[in-house]
Amino acid sequence: MDWGLVFSNALEAAIGADMVIYCLAAIGLNVHFGYAGLLNFGQAAFVAVAAYGLATMVATFGAPFWVGISVGLVAVVVLALLLGIPTLRLRADYLAIVTLAAAEIVRLTFRSVTLRDTFGGSDGLQDFASSFYSINPFSSDLLLGPISFSERQAWAILIGWVLIVLASVLVWLLMRSPWGRVLKGIREDEDAVRSLGKNVYSYKLQALLVGGLIGALAGYMYALSQAAVQPDYTSPDFTFFAYTILILGGAARVFGPILGAAIFWGLLSLSDGVLRALEGDLPTWLLGPTDAGAIRFMVVGLALMLLMIFRPQGILGDRKEIALDAR
Amino acid sequence: MDGAPSRRKQARLVRRLTRVLLGAVLALAVVLLGLSPATAQDAEQSAESVRGVLRFEGEPVAGVTITVQTPDGEEVGSAESDAEGTWLVPVPAAGTYVVVLDPDTLPDDVPGVAAEEITTEVGNTQSKSVLFRLGEEGGGGGAGGGGSGGSTGAGGITFDRVAQLTVEGLRFGIVLALAALGLSMIFGTTGLTNFAHGELITFGAIAAYVITGAGLPFLLAAVLAVVASGAFGWAQDTALWRPLRRRRTGLIAMMIVSIGLAIFLRYFFLYLFGGERRPYQEFAVQAGIELGPVTLAARDIWSMGIAVLVLAGTVLALSRTRLGKATRAVSDNPALASATGIDVDKVIRVVWIGGAALAGLSGILIALSQQVDFQIGFRSLLLVFAAVVLGGLGTIAGSIVGAVLVGLFLQLSTLVIPIELQNAGVLALLIVVLLIRPQGILGRRERVG
Repeated sequence: MDWGLVFSNALEAAIGADMVIYCLAAIGLNVHFGYAGLLNFGQAAFVAVAAYGLATMVATFGAPFWVGISVGLVAVVVLALLLGIPTLRLRADYLAIVTLAAAEIVRLTFRSVTLRDTFGGSDGLQDFASSFYSINPFSSDLLLGPISFSERQAWAILIGWVLIVLASVLVWLLMRSPWGRVLKGIREDEDAVRSLGKNVYSYKLQALLVGGLIGALAGYMYALSQAAVQPDYTSPDFTFFAYTILILGGAARVFGPILGAAIFWGLLSLSDGVLRALEGDLPTWLLGPTDAGAIRFMVVGLALMLLMIFRPQGILGDRKEIALDAR
Repeated sequence: MDGAPSRRKQARLVRRLTRVLLGAVLALAVVLLGLSPATAQDAEQSAESVRGVLRFEGEPVAGVTITVQTPDGEEVGSAESDAEGTWLVPVPAAGTYVVVLDPDTLPDDVPGVAAEEITTEVGNTQSKSVLFRLGEEGGGGGAGGGGSGGSTGAGGITFDRVAQLTVEGLRFGIVLALAALGLSMIFGTTGLTNFAHGELITFGAIAAYVITGAGLPFLLAAVLAVVASGAFGWAQDTALWRPLRRRRTGLIAMMIVSIGLAIFLRYFFLYLFGGERRPYQEFAVQAGIELGPVTLAARDIWSMGIAVLVLAGTVLALSRTRLGKATRAVSDNPALASATGIDVDKVIRVVWIGGAALAGLSGILIALSQQVDFQIGFRSLLLVFAAVVLGGLGTIAGSIVGAVLVGLFLQLSTLVIPIELQNAGVLALLIVVLLIRPQGILGRRERVG
């Protein structure tokens, strides 16, 4: 077993495409849950709608790349309004159920056989990323010490990290503005903010929109880095893992999602490498050929539970700033 | 609270949590070791399939080729029946398919088949069972009792079809009501929105499978599995939820903990059980019984009867017995109930045991028609939530009414929308009802926004 390879794979995963996608989704969730206290469990829907907006326009209708991106953005705005207007008045647990239900509606629609000619059914869509890779400045593999990316990976990851930096700066600027302070006020005490004459409902809707648009960036990175979209990528687990990342790194902190996503994917890859290394040595009833995947996600579930019980503020957060009291 | 005692408390909690969790995991592992190790299966493979068992005069028929096509005649896949006569063809997605049996591959002693081609609708993540009647040339063939989407044949709105869908909707709704009642009772007494309720459903289904695998008859296995589910509920409450309540953990924090628990348990079931679907052998495929315009498998009639009896028993117990009244009192106002001398902790413990047992039973009944797999509860979770919220979160009658409505809507909506969107239809209904009447159909008016 080559332990060096296990570690370099873990390093690659800690900055790689999956990390970028989940990090962007978690930055969006941070605006929802961390700053505004909105328990949105439908982040996967924003990711899916943006990814499919791009893929459908280019692959099915033959539109140019930028038209695809714009249609994705418009679709995300429409989704945020459709989702937000009816649900943002609901109590936290209702909001969680309804947003989760909405994300499932989106996934089932993209998966539908009836709409297969448009969305590709459960196989999804391909052949829409060529204009993205045609402007790829990398012409050979990128080597950074022990880790390496193919030229396509390197291009997607570079753009992804630019987006992460831009989104983080945006969140940082927004949250130190008066707008952000009102948002945090809503998280702490909705009624107090309302008594100051602020329209809480409108602020929540704006927060949902901003976080959803950052989620859309995750959708584009998903579609482009894989050069394919599939409906089941954005299952409820996508949102649950994004929450795990956010809580691990620290909600209501600009660096929380970045740190959380790097640790989450680094450890996931590391545990995968270690488990696969042990595969030959342990008896198969304990560790069969496909058990590594299951064990890794058992650990994710356990980590989410233990974090929430013992350290809800995660690594960077401040316990007083976490919106966890039922309203 | 000052630092030192709370830290000591925390340390005690950690010790206790780890001890009980370890114990629970070990106990589960021992119970489930009867299973063969998980075999190579991708958890995220497309879940839809068409399957069946070929029998002639009670004996399995092997080596028969079965082909599945789309209605346009495009071949999706084919399979050959094995030594037990079973065959399974995975299909790419939910929708309408034509299943064709090649009569040339039938053994010489089998005179023929009633219908060589059967058109069937496969629902989301459904493993649809299709019954070829061997040895009856000509005459009617048909799809056997399917799962939650088991209508025979697509087509227009006819009286027979409406009747069939209504009965199937009622059946699924009543089975769903068992799980919904448990979820609603737990919410009512503790305020917890339990995202791990689906895994209680899976637990029941898998436990029954494991116990039948040990050679016990199915009915006995089902009873034991329900008891085991109750014990599982008790263990969860004792190990996790009661300590969290003692720490005054917020309800939203507990809800996120339940999501973590749900992920942990779901993948734990995958680890133990593997990714494939397995039927309860005694009930793999049953011929339909015709009751007027409606065709139902015998197991469907039985599961409806059992579910109705258990529901009636639970509602009676809640309304008549002292403990039932205490439960409703705690639901209404825990502080007041405690002040009148009700042991709130004991009531909550009983609710967890009862709620988990009900969820386990509904898991067994759902698995009778959908087969056992590690995601059976996760797939049902949103439907259970929809039922509970539709009827009114925390109300007893509401969760039953809500579940039956969800079942009926699920089936009858396929008259007008494609079958693979039936779940989406129910979830859309949920959102619309929340807009008009946020407290649910039978809920009390209270602030939910």
